[in-house]
Amino acid sequence: MPNKTFFWFFLPTGLAMILFIGLPIISTGIQSFYAQHDQVVKEVKKCDPFGCTVSIVVDQEKTSKIREEKPLGKFNGFGTYVDRNHLAIKEIGKFWDETNSFGEFVDQVTNLPFYKALIFTLTYCLFVTPNVLLLGFIIALSLNAVTRRIRGPLIFGTILPMIVTPLVGSLVLFWMIDAEGIIGANLQMLMDDPYLSLKSSKTLTWITIIIYGIWHHSPFAFVVFYAALQTVPQEPVEAAIIDGASRWQRVRHIVLPHIYPVVTFVALISLMDNFRVFEPIIGFSAEGSAQSLSWLIYDNLVNEEVILFGSAAATSMMTIVGIAILLAPVLIRTWKEFRTAR
Amino acid sequence: MRESNMKKILISLLLLLFGTSAYADCNIKSGSINILANDFPALRTFVETAKGCKGSADFKVTHSSEHNKIAVPALTANPSEFSARIAANSSIVPLMNQDLIRPLDDLVKKYGKGIQDSQLITIDGKIMAVAFMANTQHLYYREDVLKELGIAVPKTYEEVVAASEKIRASGKMQYPYAAAYKAGWNLAEEFVNMYIGHGGEFFKAGTAQPSINNAKGVATLNMLKKLAGLSNPDYLTHDSEAIKVEWESGNVALMTLWASRSGTLLDDDGDAKITAATKLTGPATVAGGNIPAATLWWDGFTLAKNRSDADAEATFRALAHAAANKKMVADAADQAVWLIEGFKPGPKSIGVIEAVKMKAKPYPMLPQMGLMHGALGSEIVEFLQGKESAEQALKDVEAAYMSKAKEQGFL
Repeated sequence: MPNKTFFWFFLPTGLAMILFIGLPIISTGIQSFYAQHDQVVKEVKKCDPFGCTVSIVVDQEKTSKIREEKPLGKFNGFGTYVDRNHLAIKEIGKFWDETNSFGEFVDQVTNLPFYKALIFTLTYCLFVTPNVLLLGFIIALSLNAVTRRIRGPLIFGTILPMIVTPLVGSLVLFWMIDAEGIIGANLQMLMDDPYLSLKSSKTLTWITIIIYGIWHHSPFAFVVFYAALQTVPQEPVEAAIIDGASRWQRVRHIVLPHIYPVVTFVALISLMDNFRVFEPIIGFSAEGSAQSLSWLIYDNLVNEEVILFGSAAATSMMTIVGIAILLAPVLIRTWKEFRTAR
Repeated sequence: MRESNMKKILISLLLLLFGTSAYADCNIKSGSINILANDFPALRTFVETAKGCKGSADFKVTHSSEHNKIAVPALTANPSEFSARIAANSSIVPLMNQDLIRPLDDLVKKYGKGIQDSQLITIDGKIMAVAFMANTQHLYYREDVLKELGIAVPKTYEEVVAASEKIRASGKMQYPYAAAYKAGWNLAEEFVNMYIGHGGEFFKAGTAQPSINNAKGVATLNMLKKLAGLSNPDYLTHDSEAIKVEWESGNVALMTLWASRSGTLLDDDGDAKITAATKLTGPATVAGGNIPAATLWWDGFTLAKNRSDADAEATFRALAHAAANKKMVADAADQAVWLIEGFKPGPKSIGVIEAVKMKAKPYPMLPQMGLMHGALGSEIVEFLQGKESAEQALKDVEAAYMSKAKEQGFL
């Protein structure tokens, strides 16, 4: 496609992307550099059905004046980014000086909310993405070998986990793993431990969420791989069979190289998706044991009675940077291939 | 001539038929009413009563347990989505912080007939809300279980622990105690209650500097952990609804739960034997203190500032009608501890009445308290899981709070 045609072809999408993705990101970015003005408070008498006391309230007259002058708030630069609830630069420096061993230092750092969330997010990504690719590929290969008559219903059954709304899917599993649910109760029997609870242990909660993630995302990989398998040319496969290549050798040397670009695509999309893991944490009520970066943003926006826009914006920006870093190797590789192809 | 006479007669007949109903006094002709409220039976009754007097005004209501998440953004818009918000001691604070609700003095003077002075929430001399019910968290117990094992009704958390251990030892129940310990708001609320029971203060006097990392804070955490050890191991995922289910399944013999939930525990649904043995008592004290380890709450209505005066007037008249409604209070005496004149407390109100008698403290209405509550909800989890010390957990709470408070301009 000539560049000019491509430009006109892409223009509407591009404009929509700027409007609905670009501008909100810029606005979030600006917001992350601001904090609230210093609160002017005053002591007042407060009476309610339980009696009168002296209490403190925000002085609205003075505050509204400051707010009108600078509605965005007080410029804070990277202040929010480096504070204790985010990158915690100062705290980490202090831990480094104060702790005696490296293990202790790591303990202290992973106790900070941002790093705690980052570790869960990365663990989730690293376990879910490869397993999704592998499982999706295996299912696609197996289904491709099944006779055509039962393929339709099988495909439908396989993509069901993707059709189910994530929150509903995780809630169903949450009830199943309850100590009185079908999986939870059977596990207790199997392990012969009546106190076994998948929800109370941090490790088990992580494993549950990761398994849920694999279950939920595999159908996507499967669908794409299955479509790609239909394009594998039959001649080289037949030639290989005549040459006596085993099934594994055919997959390894003909099928995989052929669908390789699709694998890259699925890997990219899953990495992006998994880095934003959020719904299962809510569905499994796992806030106590597992927090992700997206959950931190949600927490800042809704869990406090005060909305922390600056904090939420800063975490959002760092999530975007995080995704960019994760995707960089794949993107660079694709770019290089694109250059050599030309 | 004759025709118009006929019309007059017809109209007066109609007025006789409909005009003499209970709602004759509220003659609202215009305006639009839109209410945001939490979702539990008493609030539904209250809003329904208000609806009965809407006249020709437009009437809408949103009942949602996610009300806290919607309130500030919805009332910040101008004009605001809601003309009224049913708030409580804690949820009125963000509205005050952002200057989103209007003083009600004029309206109370004009239309507030029947509202008692004790219902008015005044701040700095201005009426900001009208309360209509009170709430607290108190003890529920299974009379049959306690009797069988010869355990007296516990009055302190130390006794709760001893009683629970005895029940466990008897083999009757593995996890005899329950409270809403779900990580986040619920867990933080339990800390607040227990810390107040220990006589703790959340902030250094007159400042927004946190002061919970002390002996009382450590004692609070240790007590919470002891109780958690006697609860279902999934306690960090249990909110009020979940422990209600535990109770109704007969898995629990002692429980700390909201008074406003007593109605659903004592209704005809579920196992009649458990319902019959479910008894209420006041909140427990802790560590030899006099005041209960509980906080008093009121629920009341506030009016949005960013809404026309006409809407505010219509909304106030409808809500004031409910907030001074003796008939509603008599009909729904079981649903809540009403602060409205004419309320006769029944067996389901014991918890709140005991709490008031024992001089329980109201939930702290400070502008920065929401941030402290949020920090508590996430930072004390690891202590309960046994992953860090009480001192470390309290240090974390203070540090998390300080960062948030700095961002919000309180420090």
